[in-house]
Amino acid sequence: MIEDIELETLINDVYEYYGFDFGSYSKASLKRRVNRIFHLDGFTHFHDFLSKVRTDPEYYKKMVDEITVNVTEMFRDPSFYMVLRKEILPLLGTKPFIRIWHAGCSTGEEVYSMAILLKEAGLLHKSILYATDVNATVLETAKKGIFPLRMIKDYADNYRDSGGQQDFSNFYIANYGFAKFNEDLAEKMVFSQHNLVSDNSFNEFDLILCRNVLIYFDNKLQQRVINLFDDSLAILGFLALGTKETIKYSISTSKYKQIEKEKIWRKIK
Amino acid sequence: MEENKIITGCKVIIIGGSAGSLYALIQILPEIVKVNSFAIVIVVHRKSSDEQTLEDLLTLKSKLEVKPVEDKVPLLPNYIYIAPSNYHLLFEKEETLSLDTSEKINYSRPSIDVSFESAAEVYGSSLIGILLSGSNKDGTLGLQAIQAAGGTVVVQNPLSAEMPFMPNNAILNMTPDFILNVQEILEFILSVNSTEI
Ligand SMILES: C[S@@+](CC[C@H](N)C(=O)[O-])C[C@H]1O[C@@H](n2cnc3c(N)ncnc32)[C@H](O)[C@@H]1O
Repeated sequence: MIEDIELETLINDVYEYYGFDFGSYSKASLKRRVNRIFHLDGFTHFHDFLSKVRTDPEYYKKMVDEITVNVTEMFRDPSFYMVLRKEILPLLGTKPFIRIWHAGCSTGEEVYSMAILLKEAGLLHKSILYATDVNATVLETAKKGIFPLRMIKDYADNYRDSGGQQDFSNFYIANYGFAKFNEDLAEKMVFSQHNLVSDNSFNEFDLILCRNVLIYFDNKLQQRVINLFDDSLAILGFLALGTKETIKYSISTSKYKQIEKEKIWRKIK
Repeated sequence: MEENKIITGCKVIIIGGSAGSLYALIQILPEIVKVNSFAIVIVVHRKSSDEQTLEDLLTLKSKLEVKPVEDKVPLLPNYIYIAPSNYHLLFEKEETLSLDTSEKINYSRPSIDVSFESAAEVYGSSLIGILLSGSNKDGTLGLQAIQAAGGTVVVQNPLSAEMPFMPNNAILNMTPDFILNVQEILEFILSVNSTEI
């Protein structure tokens, strides 16, 4: 395993050379990720790795892609999507226009899942889905809406467990080991790069999803991000986090009311 | 094996297991009425659909309080923490737990190696690692890391394990401080920190 001091040096160098601040990422996970890429790429001396990162912007970009964890799935945690479907969308549906932000959307599976829910609820036409991530490579994949066919069986099961009743194959066309999701689902999606560490609020939303992203941040950065979401949420809007994430260390919970057992909070003042 | 070594200064006991380990845990944990100022962290492989079962079972049977694991929850003595399925469980220097959804290791998330290695980094000689029954090689590297950091290593006697492969693999690749059957593991845990020198 690399040393703490080596990790600190890397964090400082990356900040100095590229302006990206990993200083507030959860150290335990970050250290494992850096250690992984260091060994995968065959380095034996940390200073060689450091100088590669400093001098080769392409390599730096690859390293950032590798140390951010991009694992995702469609309808991850079906019970969460069930609550969205049954409780949240009917409330949002009364509005003339629905603005949704997926922060840390990775390769987009979550955004397509949401579009399917909205379409089934007859709300997609009046919705807009902003999907952002710090990693430009995953956004390229997300834009295409093409996911590996081998995952589709699990996704179809998740979809059904979330209360979906259609034949899941209605939503995509299978081709050469890939599933291309229908283009009408993507019509209301806007993808762009946004860094939760340093960028600001860019709109007001009725629903913000940021799932399994805060776990990579320390308490201080979590606080910043939750406050950024607070600034970006309309009154009576909803904030949805991952199943093991919470707002309670970050913001006064009297401003928010939790929905059932899910990690969904409604902004009440 | 140092049969009579009494362990002091322990802050965390971390227990890993896979197939067959639930049986051992259910014999051990309900018998622990009180521990001497350390936290117990459990990392077992299970299906996401069994998510609540272990928590519910232990909450029902155990005298110690089971704290639900959320990201950045403080790790406090005298509580039991159970790694949630589908996340790796990591330890932060600030003595909190954190989670990570990165690739499976040894076909497993949570991986025992990942949690053991991470705990060893933070807790060093104040850590005890216990590896139970299982049919996967997860855990061995983790125990090596615990030992290298000065912690104490206990492996369930493979003869007493429902699935001997996992403890056997550890014994083949390292020298545990103790190799114990289920009843002895219980006695061992009760003895930890009982006599401060
Ligand atoms: C595990 S994925 C979560 C994907 C999806 N939300 C889900 O729950 O399945 C975490 C994502 O957070 C992104 N991320 C990490 N640091 C970020 C930052 N500073 N700003 C925005 N996104 C970030 C990563 O690039 C990655 O795609």
